[in-house]
Amino acid sequence: MNARRAQLLWFWLFAGPAVLGFACFSLWPMLYSLWLSFCRYEVVAPPAFIGLRNYSYLLKSDPAFWPSIKVTLFFTAVQMPLSILGALGVALLLNQPVRGRGFWRSVYFLPSILPQAASAAVFVYIFQADGGLLNRVLGLVGIAGPAWNTSPTWALPVLVIVSLWSFGYPMVIFLSGLQSVPRELYEAAHIDGAGAWARFRHVTLPLISPVLFFNIVMGIIGALKVFDLAYAYGAAQGLEPGGPARATLFYGLNLYQQAFTYFHMGLASAMAWLLFAVIMAITWLNFRLGRRWVHYGD
Amino acid sequence: MHRSQIHPAIRACLYALLALGAFVMLLPLAWMLLTSLKTFPEILRSPPAWLPAHPQWENYRTVWNGFAYYRFFLNSTFVAVMVIAGTVLTCCPAAYAFSFYDVRHKELLFGALLSTLMLPAQVTVIPLFKAFAALHWINTYLPLIVPAWLGGNVFGIFLLRQFFRTIPKSFIEAARIDGASEWTILWRLIVPMSLPAVLTVVIFTFLWSWNDLFNPLVYLHDESTYTLPVGLLYFIARAEQLTGGSAGLVPWHLVMTLATVMVLPIIVVFAFAQRRFVEGVAASGVKG
Repeated sequence: MNARRAQLLWFWLFAGPAVLGFACFSLWPMLYSLWLSFCRYEVVAPPAFIGLRNYSYLLKSDPAFWPSIKVTLFFTAVQMPLSILGALGVALLLNQPVRGRGFWRSVYFLPSILPQAASAAVFVYIFQADGGLLNRVLGLVGIAGPAWNTSPTWALPVLVIVSLWSFGYPMVIFLSGLQSVPRELYEAAHIDGAGAWARFRHVTLPLISPVLFFNIVMGIIGALKVFDLAYAYGAAQGLEPGGPARATLFYGLNLYQQAFTYFHMGLASAMAWLLFAVIMAITWLNFRLGRRWVHYGD
Repeated sequence: MHRSQIHPAIRACLYALLALGAFVMLLPLAWMLLTSLKTFPEILRSPPAWLPAHPQWENYRTVWNGFAYYRFFLNSTFVAVMVIAGTVLTCCPAAYAFSFYDVRHKELLFGALLSTLMLPAQVTVIPLFKAFAALHWINTYLPLIVPAWLGGNVFGIFLLRQFFRTIPKSFIEAARIDGASEWTILWRLIVPMSLPAVLTVVIFTFLWSWNDLFNPLVYLHDESTYTLPVGLLYFIARAEQLTGGSAGLVPWHLVMTLATVMVLPIIVVFAFAQRRFVEGVAASGVKG
């Protein structure tokens, strides 16, 4: 056996399991899910081809589809910019010469790695109408807080607030981006008389635009895929997730319920493919626009 | 910018801001811990007590012994250990193969693997559920564990490959001339040289497995099989029956005890290996 054949053999011994896993757990399910999206499949009977009927039902008749899109888009439009601003703000603070930077970074990062089921339980208790920490603190300053969790107006903003607790991932990425900005550039700008804002606008921002762009794209995709938090927040109140009055029925949650509560698995597959198409479109735009907006050095 | 360049007043503001933010970040965790040490009457009182009069450490024994919570903990631990073992045993060889072998279409294949990072779990879950049900794998841990044993952690392969590629090929050539097999080179030479990267992968795998709610929710329907996140929500939903409380009164002190037990391992791991966390996250942003 020559060296080349031996290398090929070792390659497949080593990479084979991962490639097999790719075929079994990604490629096949992906294609099969596309097929199911054109089928009526309610588990009890085998899938039956019905063409585009799942898609047209979703777009025209399904009572939960558009509400869940509205919830998801509202969440994305509010949560993503706020969490990016928060992450960038804290990263800028931590990029200053502060003592104990590692400690501060840990404190701000920690909530991001906690299980969402636990975070949801803690915040359900904090936002409780009676006896919740928030309403008690508001009561001290004479404000009667609403029933946050059960109000159709407040339930979604509450989830935005809860998810803003965990901006650690974009923060760390910003921080590593900020630390790669060469010191000399700031010094040069300083000598040229640039103030703090001018230095941020004309030195920092262009140089961290790749990570800014990355964080925005990942933030949008993450917001579109929200599931754990929405499910856990409903379940931690002992309620059917998605309520009150579909106020927190995120797209991912709606999809899960269609598939595993009502067993409309063909319909849920169509929903999954619509989501996947949007994510692919964002990724494609990311490559197209990225080249124009983002300043890549060298 | 040197320390001296910042005005003392601005410095003071900087620290005040950082401290205020840190307070807000830690407050929910502090409230969780404080609540976990209260008695039920302290929770029910109107308004409830700010602080526990006497810290009720028994709450931890109560949830541990009652409600099969230790079972949820052991289930979570078992799944995490199996998933980590499978990830290390299959991701290291895969990363080695993609780093050091010249095989045709290797880049294309790697690109295909990487592209699955964009694939939402919602797309694959329905066919996988159908397949696992046909295999009678529902209510077993196989749907959670088997993918990990087939290189399911593509991010791990990516991270390890980034690290492996910085190792000069001459190291491997030298070991080959000494007669070491590829298997030996991988586990005795490359992996020990790459321990920080391997540790980062182990930690993130632990995190994903421990925190995962979606997959256990889909595949585990029997209470005795629940992992911690599903177990916690199950406890809240059944709290009245489980604690003999009256209708609508959730024993929040016990819920917070459960939440603390679930969060604690993560805080411990984070305390010992926070650099690995930060490097792992930063690495995900580098490639973009």
